[in-house]
Amino acid sequence: METNKKSLHWECPMPELDFDVITLGHGSGGLLTNKLLDSGVFDLLSNEYLDKRHDGAFLPGGLAFTTDSFVVSPIFFPGGNIGELAINGTVNDLAMCGAVPKFLSLSFIIEEGLPVTRFWDILVSIRNACATAGVVVVTGDTKVVERGKGDQIFINTTGIGYTHPKAKIDSRRIGAGDKIILSGNLAAHGVAILSVREGLAFESDILSDTRALNRPVEALIERFGEGVKLLRDPTRGGVATALNEIARDTRLGTEIREDQLPIAEQVAGACEILGLDPLYVANEGIFLAWVDASIADECLAFLRQTDECAEAACIGEMVEEHPGKVILQSSIGGRRVVNMLPGEQLPRIC
Amino acid sequence: MKFLSEYRDPELVREYIREIGKITTRDWAIMEVCGGQTHSLVKNGILGLLPPQIRMIHGPGCPVCVTPLHLIDHAIHLAEKERAILCSFGDMLRVPGSEKSLLQAKAEGADVRILYSPLEAVSLAKENPTRQVVFFAVGFETTAPANGLSVVHAAELGLSNYSILTSHVLVPPAMEAVLDDEEASIQGFLAAGHVCTVMGTAEYGPIAAKYKVPIVVTGFEPVDLLQGILMTVRQLEEGRYEVENQYSRVVRPEGNPGARKVLERVFEVKDRDWRGLGTIPMSGYELREEYAAFDAKRKFEAPEGKAEESSLCMAGQVLKGIIKPQECPQFGKACTPSNPLGAPMVSSEGACAAYYHFYHVMEETK
Repeated sequence: METNKKSLHWECPMPELDFDVITLGHGSGGLLTNKLLDSGVFDLLSNEYLDKRHDGAFLPGGLAFTTDSFVVSPIFFPGGNIGELAINGTVNDLAMCGAVPKFLSLSFIIEEGLPVTRFWDILVSIRNACATAGVVVVTGDTKVVERGKGDQIFINTTGIGYTHPKAKIDSRRIGAGDKIILSGNLAAHGVAILSVREGLAFESDILSDTRALNRPVEALIERFGEGVKLLRDPTRGGVATALNEIARDTRLGTEIREDQLPIAEQVAGACEILGLDPLYVANEGIFLAWVDASIADECLAFLRQTDECAEAACIGEMVEEHPGKVILQSSIGGRRVVNMLPGEQLPRIC
Repeated sequence: MKFLSEYRDPELVREYIREIGKITTRDWAIMEVCGGQTHSLVKNGILGLLPPQIRMIHGPGCPVCVTPLHLIDHAIHLAEKERAILCSFGDMLRVPGSEKSLLQAKAEGADVRILYSPLEAVSLAKENPTRQVVFFAVGFETTAPANGLSVVHAAELGLSNYSILTSHVLVPPAMEAVLDDEEASIQGFLAAGHVCTVMGTAEYGPIAAKYKVPIVVTGFEPVDLLQGILMTVRQLEEGRYEVENQYSRVVRPEGNPGARKVLERVFEVKDRDWRGLGTIPMSGYELREEYAAFDAKRKFEAPEGKAEESSLCMAGQVLKGIIKPQECPQFGKACTPSNPLGAPMVSSEGACAAYYHFYHVMEETK
């Protein structure tokens, strides 16, 4: 009875933290984000669904459920805008649960002063993104805040889907020897956004890779079923962060090969110039799949036939050695650890 | 990528490694001066490919690492107390000052902006005539010309709200300081390719002769670095100590006359504090008297209070190559990239951060 009473007490003491304020790094998806998640503040809300810490929750009755907020700046960027990003992001989170996305909610927080033509453009691209992904918006909300209290527009989407009957997505099923497939070129989204950021703008025709991944994922699961053990879309924090999270969760080592990483030449060039490591740059239209070694080649060939994943590559595998660590074999044959970054990747001086 | 992939050719890399192994007959300690070289050695996993007799020492050429604490505090003070728009290169933001980093100051409401070019800061000053705009001018001879040029532009535009907080340091005096240290044991140098692109190679002859050390001007790609190491080892094995230029596709003996002209016009050489190394005579640039109006140090008061380094941090000995980063008792324990005690743990060019990434592989994948 005593513990029961305690858990109902609303004034819980805050866990001891080694930071006083939330910084941008806490939202970077990297080490600081994980630190915030691990700090104990979310233990307040602990339950069996949340504690799995997947991209979405698996609910009774074969339902998958997820939510995501979109605050990208600028709201229009090469290759897309915040509207389609908000649809694709939630669709992809559901797809990563091995689910077929169906219904979405859509909430806007709009800063006063947003030209209505821009809002319309965003709505149109939302509609198109929904049609492409085969989802419908079934409920929504619109709030307007004073000028200066937001950055033109923020969007939240929540999605529900049905888990595919053949899907068995669970990081606990991953074992040494499993192969890691990356579904397409990395780092395009982050570099496209940077190319139009104030202070960093440079001329390029690099486009964001924002796209819905539910169709190739559904086809992959339909074809290979349980052979697909885990799916992740490496958004914030990039491929490196996603790989680190899985290495940590599975207590296995990860080996990747630099010469197998698919990247468009222009994006690679931009990263060289800006002093960024593409492994940490955000993506919005690719996924990582951990698959059984026996079907890896077939999976790869299958994915490469799809429009969305023509550049797919097998980038590495899980190993018994160095548990929890991601090791990259460089193109010239050297080795280094690929760590989680403490916060956002900062451009180097020289 | 054209002009890059040629210098990352795995076959060529293997050939150089074999050649270095073939000619090395004893232990040699070689310092790569520039943080960009450190970054490349680690990123490409080159340290693990070298013969065990070759010990690379990561030099003080990481601008983020050697910027003194009091200047970081000053920058934070300008952003917080003077309400200036404080502009900086990206990797300076996470370096801890006495109390906080610029990134923390930004989170608490200070107007701190990441820029790639100081000329952008001049544009900001033009667009924000009611605000003071300060550029945190950090770096070696490489970034100094552009930072100097921003002052020239601001002067031509008649801007009274633009200034730079200079933390410009020079490579040759730092090399001498490291060589003068009794405990240091450096036998050869890879000189910083991009610094020489600006300054040329003439400054290094006297150092090579005085200290009897080979100095090879070296680039940043794997093949560059290995060729530079090979040239240095060859000199060491043959008992020569000359200045050689591996990076001749970029570095001319006279450097870049246009850039040097700007440096001459805007800056004068003065004594300077180096974080971890202390004051080195005539080792940095300050703005000349005629540009005093653009000097944030003269324009604004420095914050009160004395900046004190963590007494646990052994950055100075690391930067001189006296100890390896992992020999510091705090390494990887109290001091990590997400909770750095000293600057070399912050930047990806810093020796400690570099080893933090590399050392784990060596330990755990043996």
